[in-house]
Amino acid sequence: MHHEFRWTLSLAIARSLRLSTAHSPPEVSRMSLEEPEPSTHGDVGVTEDGLDYAALEALIGDSVIGRESHVNADGFVVRPDDVQAVLGTLKSEAGFDFCSCVTAQEYQDRYESIYHLKKYDDPTQEVSIVVPSPRDDPHNQTATPVHQTAAWHEREAYDLVGIEYDEHPDLRRILLPETWQGHPLSRDYNQDKPQIVTLREHANPLQEDARSASDPDTMFVNIGPHHPATHGVLHVKTTLDGEQIADIEPDIGYLHRCEEQMCQQSTYRHQIMPYPDRWDYVSAGILNEWAYARAAEDLADIEVPEYAQVIRTMSAELCRIAAHALAMGTFALDVFGDFTAVFQYAFRDREVVQNILEDLTGQRLMFNYMRLGGVAWDLPEPREEFFEKVRDFLDELPHKLEEYHDLVTGNEIFQMRCVDTGVLSPEKAKEYGCTGPVARGSGVDYDLRRDDPYGYYDELDWSVITEDGCDNFSRVLVRLREIEESARIIEQCTDLLEEWPEDDREIQANVPRTLRPDPDKEIYRAVEGAKGELGIYIRSDGTDKPARFKIRSPCFSNLHSLAEMSQGEYVPDMIASLGSLDIVLGEVDR
Amino acid sequence: MSSDQPTPGDAQSTQEARIGSGADDRFNSKLREAFGSTPFILTKFDKFMNWVRGSSMFMLQFGIACCSIEMIHTYAIKHDLDRFGAGVPRASPRQADVIIIPGTIVSKFAPRMKRVYDQMPEPKFVVSMGSCTISGGPFQEGYNVIKGAEEVIPVDIHVPGCPPRPEALIYGVAKLQERIANGESSPVTVKPYELEQFGDLEQDELVDKLASEIDEEDLVMRYNWADAP
Repeated sequence: MHHEFRWTLSLAIARSLRLSTAHSPPEVSRMSLEEPEPSTHGDVGVTEDGLDYAALEALIGDSVIGRESHVNADGFVVRPDDVQAVLGTLKSEAGFDFCSCVTAQEYQDRYESIYHLKKYDDPTQEVSIVVPSPRDDPHNQTATPVHQTAAWHEREAYDLVGIEYDEHPDLRRILLPETWQGHPLSRDYNQDKPQIVTLREHANPLQEDARSASDPDTMFVNIGPHHPATHGVLHVKTTLDGEQIADIEPDIGYLHRCEEQMCQQSTYRHQIMPYPDRWDYVSAGILNEWAYARAAEDLADIEVPEYAQVIRTMSAELCRIAAHALAMGTFALDVFGDFTAVFQYAFRDREVVQNILEDLTGQRLMFNYMRLGGVAWDLPEPREEFFEKVRDFLDELPHKLEEYHDLVTGNEIFQMRCVDTGVLSPEKAKEYGCTGPVARGSGVDYDLRRDDPYGYYDELDWSVITEDGCDNFSRVLVRLREIEESARIIEQCTDLLEEWPEDDREIQANVPRTLRPDPDKEIYRAVEGAKGELGIYIRSDGTDKPARFKIRSPCFSNLHSLAEMSQGEYVPDMIASLGSLDIVLGEVDR
Repeated sequence: MSSDQPTPGDAQSTQEARIGSGADDRFNSKLREAFGSTPFILTKFDKFMNWVRGSSMFMLQFGIACCSIEMIHTYAIKHDLDRFGAGVPRASPRQADVIIIPGTIVSKFAPRMKRVYDQMPEPKFVVSMGSCTISGGPFQEGYNVIKGAEEVIPVDIHVPGCPPRPEALIYGVAKLQERIANGESSPVTVKPYELEQFGDLEQDELVDKLASEIDEEDLVMRYNWADAP
């Protein structure tokens, strides 16, 4: 909170502030961002008709020991001690500035880490860097110095699969308790073995408070895992210097419920689909289901009928509105303890959306509505009633959004708390692999619905929202404005569905009862979830269950940037930053 | 009800009989009327206390997973759990009577949940919400998932569903109130995982292996997965 409180602002000024915030960047002073460095990104391998992988291979030359072909992109197998050089060259010479995901897995004869690289400018340009390491002593070089985000991904790979990353700054378990024995996603793990988990006494702040020159005057404070402002079961270890944060470490894994294992032991056709609903569970279910549907459909070459795509698009955007409404309601609860107004308003609107979704899917929260190749069933009869319900909701939305702007973004106290706090520069956002409203609030113009189109998005008229304030305020503003865009999408879909000829309402493609994709087929596909890029990696082994199922959670990467935003800030600003990241622990921990 | 508009006969007369004429009828109530004109009620003190306990419950603000979203909806507008005298979420366990467990419990969280439960003052009650708190639900086979809340703490009411609808949770809470009013509580049916000092664990291969990492006095929870239901 860098501003003086100006209680005497007249109503007129407050109003003009509100108007300006609703439609253009607010006129409040912002920390001027440093001039962005001139882009040194090369464009090796970029051609008119896609990536020229041969040129890329030539670029990283001697490090390559093999080639692989995944469904989404080609992969280079590189030497385990050359990871940094390869990723560094690809970043600076070929523009692969986004390490979307790191997938680790164990084969019969080796371990493997796959770095899924993309470009923020064009996510359809992808390349996979495959790093094998020996089965008896799995280790390879870390990618952390090149992509900051890899630090957490590699910790997860170490935790669950057991690969060691040399020169990693902090290679510890991240999801499982530190005293855990074994690596549960490795081949020879026995899950019936007993485990012992500690409840370490909280460090006594007074005892630790050693007042000497070498040991500064700091105090340790636990926030969570049971704390109202952590949005679930997150534990934030903070070291305070006075009221400012000297050191901060999010401790996750309190909701690690083995989602990847569950998917790996379920069949493609029906058993996996209920699980995505439970990753990002704040009503974003259909968005998550789409992530799995898209990956599996591309893996098995399933073409989805257009009519089903429109229904998917509409229901997914309804989910996005519900998810963003919750994000805003809980954020208001975090920054001004407002349980009675904004929070209740947000939940009132969520109830309306959930009613519509319940009519469509039969469920309030865990929809399980998509099927591979389409959706479970057509719109509910009578259709007119359903359309009327949707239209009523859309008609009331502009007024409601105005109310939100009155109550939230136009609120002077809210602006004091949020403008210029939790600053995340676009460069840092990219380094941490941030996506979704967090990246777009930092001016990173990245949205998979437009940049890597799927569903019916490219046929519709809507725009990607960005704000360049890079602070907590911008992130909230992006979400509120995205609700408007989602409403536009839903409206167009409703029009389309209403006029769709009755004899052409195909909701489901012809899909074999049991899906067995070809062995050793690999795919990494992502969709724009409520929180950002939700990606799925699947490797098939010829059976009806995936051999490896890896979830790239946007919240996981977004949360990683919390330390960057909160260093040196006050505790309440950290709480605001955490709220503005809008994490869901079910998705962080999976 | 304003004081210059007398209410119909009966109410006025029982009130007059009790506190005389001229008293403000704001002090009257439907409930009071139901007890008739006698100024005394005869009941057992314990019964009265149980009725009070059930009618004014402070819930712990405690979110775990998906079910907590439906739990928030139960507290929030439309469903409004407060109508049933159970809608005051407290952020501190030391001020709470009831803990709703809304979600999957995993190995890292169970000791913390046990600690939060231990911090609540007696008498305390537990509503377990959702399939995960009954058996582990859809994650039952997970390597890290506790197979139900009763593996850690005793549970009074189970509300099944994945997740249960707000109406279901309200029904569960109402049933709990009924049971409390009747002075009933649930027996503990399983031997739960306990928090104990590392030094008190029985020696075995695993304990020996961890001896260098964990202090004797550290509190630990030992999971014997093979014995889990």
